[in-house]
Amino acid sequence: MLIKQISVFLENKSGRLNEVSQILGDAGINISAFSVADTSEFGILRLIVSDPDKASNVLHESGFTVRESNVVGLNCPNQAGALARALKILSRNEISIEYLYAFSMGNSASVIIKPNDTERCIEVLQKNKLELIKASDLYKI
Amino acid sequence: MIWNEKMECATRDEMKAIQSERLVETVKRIYHNVAYYRDKMQQAGLTPFDIEGVEDLHKLPFTTKSDLRDNYPFGLFTVPMSEIVRLHASSGTTGKPTVVGYTRKDINMWSEVVTRSLCMAGVHKNDIVQIAYGYGLFTGGLGIHYGTENLGASVIPISGGNTQKQIQLMQDFNSSVLCCTPSYALYISDVLNEAGIDPETLNLRVGIFGAEPWSEAMRKEIERKLKLRAIDIYGLSEIVGPGVSCECEYQQGMHVHEDHFIPEIIDPVTLEPVADGEVGELVFSTITKEGIPLLRYRTRDLTRLIYDKCSCGRTLVRMEKCKGRSDDMLIIRGVNVFPSQIETVLLEMSETEPHYLLIVDRENTLDTLSLMVEVQEQFFSDEVRKLQDLRKQITHKLESTLGLTVDVKLVEPKTIERTAGKAKRVIDKRNI
Ligand SMILES: [Zn+2]
Repeated sequence: MLIKQISVFLENKSGRLNEVSQILGDAGINISAFSVADTSEFGILRLIVSDPDKASNVLHESGFTVRESNVVGLNCPNQAGALARALKILSRNEISIEYLYAFSMGNSASVIIKPNDTERCIEVLQKNKLELIKASDLYKI
Repeated sequence: MIWNEKMECATRDEMKAIQSERLVETVKRIYHNVAYYRDKMQQAGLTPFDIEGVEDLHKLPFTTKSDLRDNYPFGLFTVPMSEIVRLHASSGTTGKPTVVGYTRKDINMWSEVVTRSLCMAGVHKNDIVQIAYGYGLFTGGLGIHYGTENLGASVIPISGGNTQKQIQLMQDFNSSVLCCTPSYALYISDVLNEAGIDPETLNLRVGIFGAEPWSEAMRKEIERKLKLRAIDIYGLSEIVGPGVSCECEYQQGMHVHEDHFIPEIIDPVTLEPVADGEVGELVFSTITKEGIPLLRYRTRDLTRLIYDKCSCGRTLVRMEKCKGRSDDMLIIRGVNVFPSQIETVLLEMSETEPHYLLIVDRENTLDTLSLMVEVQEQFFSDEVRKLQDLRKQITHKLESTLGLTVDVKLVEPKTIERTAGKAKRVIDKRNI
């Protein structure tokens, strides 16, 4: 149930994002989802890709600072209030969220969550019958 | 053990008397034998009669590395070549090397100060001393070698490099003392680690490390990785080579063999002596050397002197670990800043060598200091908050160390240019 996410440190320089996608593309790695967190000082690019280990290696070899971390993928119905319900369950169980990003397609929405406690987050979501995304499914998107 | 108790434990007054007598004699000898010095003294309106003791030392003109270069190769020697038994040279980063010559008496004096230094470090005649400093024109190898033999310990003159062999001999010969540069000591520890050799299985007890500046953090790392006591030894070929000063087992500054080399601390800008205990540029006058005695030689090393009696019982003045080079010193808003201070802060936060660049600029009339640090994988996080904390932490530590606010900018690896040899750590954009 754990999903491997690749994070890349970016200085706020133009063209670096482009470079990352080029390197991954050349290595035949597909990007399923990504988000950029940026401050006035720097940015962090977070990626879900088809082959996280390979992506980590090729980026590292190209001189990027890369880190792999585990996140949780949640499948929500694409309707009003669905995400709020899931988040309420997590907060009631004292799981805080460092960050999340989401994308919706057709009838469902996929949410990537970085909780403070990954194991417990999965446990709580499962117990509440919320649908988790399997890593293998997400890497294929 | 204290090798030469009479000299190493003399009272301040006794030491002053010894220094005065030797200084007066040295000045006379130089004045009468070296035209270059005679001209310099005459230009300063001085004759040897003006120097009656150490209290007159400050009247003498300084000697710099360029004086040695201008007189390349033998222009500053005070004895004919027939008296010289050894030549050493240090490779200059620019231009010609500087050459030093030793008489037989000089070699004996050098051996004596190295022997004293080894005793300070706790080395004794039963030790097996692996000398991994380079042998050759560089003073490191042969300097330590003669001192070790003089002490009566067993020398392994392996010289630098060939790390596999170094390790094999450590294992087979039971080396108890390792002498090399601190960076090579760290390298050896890495190779040991890769080979799966536990340093506890070796017989190493003491490391005598020098010939390059190293921080307290690096000392801790070496001691932890090699399981030995890491002792700092200081020297420069112009003065004699390694053994000008050395730490004792209390590791609270390096005792200067001041019956041979008189240390002074000056302000590198005004060239005036600083107040007692203040940091400034270290200057040495050799007072027993025959081949190439130097008066008030500017080392460019920054440190301060400690005159308190040491716990080891020696009264020889101590110099602190060098804080950097006066050529590198920056004056920012009136505060002296040494890049090595920044390096120490960064080293404390990370296990690996930090890559950084310090940029000094002036906005309106105010100096600004910014620091670019490459974000390494071990402190990178996917969470913004953690990276901002890291930045804050560096800023705080720098502020408390330097007394200045530094604008810290995290940058990608390889952003800061790598150059072969010495890295460029400072860019000063101020047009003063
Ligand atoms: Zn001592």
